[in-house]
Amino acid sequence: MGNKKRGWYLLLGSVFLLSLSIAVLSLCLGTICFSPGELVKLLWGKGNSAAGSADVMSRGILLYARLPRTFASLLAGGALAVSGAVLQNVLANKLAAPGIIGINAGAGLGVTVCCGLGILSGFAVSFAAFAGSLITVILITLFSSRTNASKTTVILGGVALNSILNAICESITVLDTDAAMLNIDFRVGGFSAVSYVRLIPAAVLILAALAVLFTLCNELDVVTLGDETARGVGMQVGKYRIIFLLLAAMLAGAAVSFAGLLGFIGLIVPHFVRRFTGNESGKLLPLCAVAGAGFVTLCDMVSRLLFAPYELPVGILMSVIGGPVFLFLLVRYKGGHRYD
Amino acid sequence: MIEMKNVAAGYGKNQVLHGVNLRAKQGKITTLIGSNGSGKSTLLHTMLKVIPLMDGDIMVDGMSIKSMAQPELARKIAYLPQGKNVPDISAGRLVLHGRFPYLSYPRKYKKQDFHIAEEAMEKLGISNFKDKQMAELSGGMRQKVYIAMALAQQAPAIVMDEPTTYLDIGQQLKFAGMIKGLSQDGKTVILVLHDILLALKISDWIAVMWNGKIVEEGTPGEILDSCVIPRIYGVDVKEARTDFGVQYFYEEA
Repeated sequence: MGNKKRGWYLLLGSVFLLSLSIAVLSLCLGTICFSPGELVKLLWGKGNSAAGSADVMSRGILLYARLPRTFASLLAGGALAVSGAVLQNVLANKLAAPGIIGINAGAGLGVTVCCGLGILSGFAVSFAAFAGSLITVILITLFSSRTNASKTTVILGGVALNSILNAICESITVLDTDAAMLNIDFRVGGFSAVSYVRLIPAAVLILAALAVLFTLCNELDVVTLGDETARGVGMQVGKYRIIFLLLAAMLAGAAVSFAGLLGFIGLIVPHFVRRFTGNESGKLLPLCAVAGAGFVTLCDMVSRLLFAPYELPVGILMSVIGGPVFLFLLVRYKGGHRYD
Repeated sequence: MIEMKNVAAGYGKNQVLHGVNLRAKQGKITTLIGSNGSGKSTLLHTMLKVIPLMDGDIMVDGMSIKSMAQPELARKIAYLPQGKNVPDISAGRLVLHGRFPYLSYPRKYKKQDFHIAEEAMEKLGISNFKDKQMAELSGGMRQKVYIAMALAQQAPAIVMDEPTTYLDIGQQLKFAGMIKGLSQDGKTVILVLHDILLALKISDWIAVMWNGKIVEEGTPGEILDSCVIPRIYGVDVKEARTDFGVQYFYEEA
């Protein structure tokens, strides 16, 4: 194994272990804290029988609050970061992210409509979010192919679409108080109301999309070489661009269905990871998945602990941490020329 | 060999090419010249199925491109477009993507692909730059990497659109030598060039395009004798025999 390859595995392994440690900490820390030993005992159902109802309560907190919440933050972080990386590569624009070009807003509209109709089952909400993001991607794709738009115009069109979808979403919540009530957590973004019912269908979608994406890394790399070069090596660029947009929509839609409108993650994590991997998708996507999962879980844990027993919405915390880090990266690397 | 028979093509309803006939022979450099908008790049795009044929046919080694899927065509014709991205990947990885038309399940490059990509880089003397990012390389070096990518494609024909655009004069001459080497290795080379002097110097066959048609074709000597260049460009080209071989220079028509 070459030095470079070994270095890459070392990096991926280190970030994976870091994210895993954050996940374990997230399970241990809270208003009631568990030691790692207690955590294992509770997970395996071997609590102290003498402790009686206290132990049952601890197990309940772990299994029905912290465990789904930690899984949710890991999944949402990984999915949104990979979705952002894919969109940036496919649209050849480092500003492309599901929160910016309207994919999150589309998913949000889907969920709002679902809540407004009083349909609240996990599958229905996941499906509505995915359908919303899918319709947004189809609109963006149609817009770009019909107008033969440049990649920059696609981004600008996405920004406009984002604004339109958010406006429709706001209108529904103003007119329908039920939808507004069910939507508050969702619009801020966070994991406080997450449950297995919403998590499992979304997890299936996310894991399936990630599995497909990880096998299409070479295709994604070739798309980034530009249309003509990609055609020169026999790629059907239009077909693959649509496949990648759909997979990115699937990831973002599924994540938004249980995490709400978490912005920024799809922008900042791929930017940061690219520092180490470049654009090579075989390295970029796995590292984005692991780093995104760890970052969101860390933010969620801090948002729970910082003003305990009150919770700061994780979306706000992520912007507070992410914004300055992002600005630092832009200034540190030649005023953003690296990202031209 | 690539043979174009009565080719008509264009963008949407706008027909650009009108009955183009051309034969690019194996082991020879065939160059398309002509003023802007004469249809040179459109002809290349038609050859690569980027735009569909309206009429006629293009045969590659006796097979019609109409019956070829995109990866199959890429195994026959390697293409270097004019405006290429500077992708944020290493030179070695870019050359490896020349093996993309051969990629099969599970969509991973095999040992053999890595070996062929390394051989292509060795042939062009760029093995040392394998791990360098494309953005770190000079324009000439990037062009070499793209040519190595085309070589890794192992296609019998290589088509290049304005390959010397971003190269300084020294690099252009080195590039000319490299292209000659490819044709001597038995590749069918088709170039689109704006630089008439370079075209006359390196080509075995030149086709002059005007308004979507080939108005003249022949060896460089025949093209000079036909006086088609002053008619199209408004400048003449003269030939001089020197101790360094035949040299060409522009002269006002």
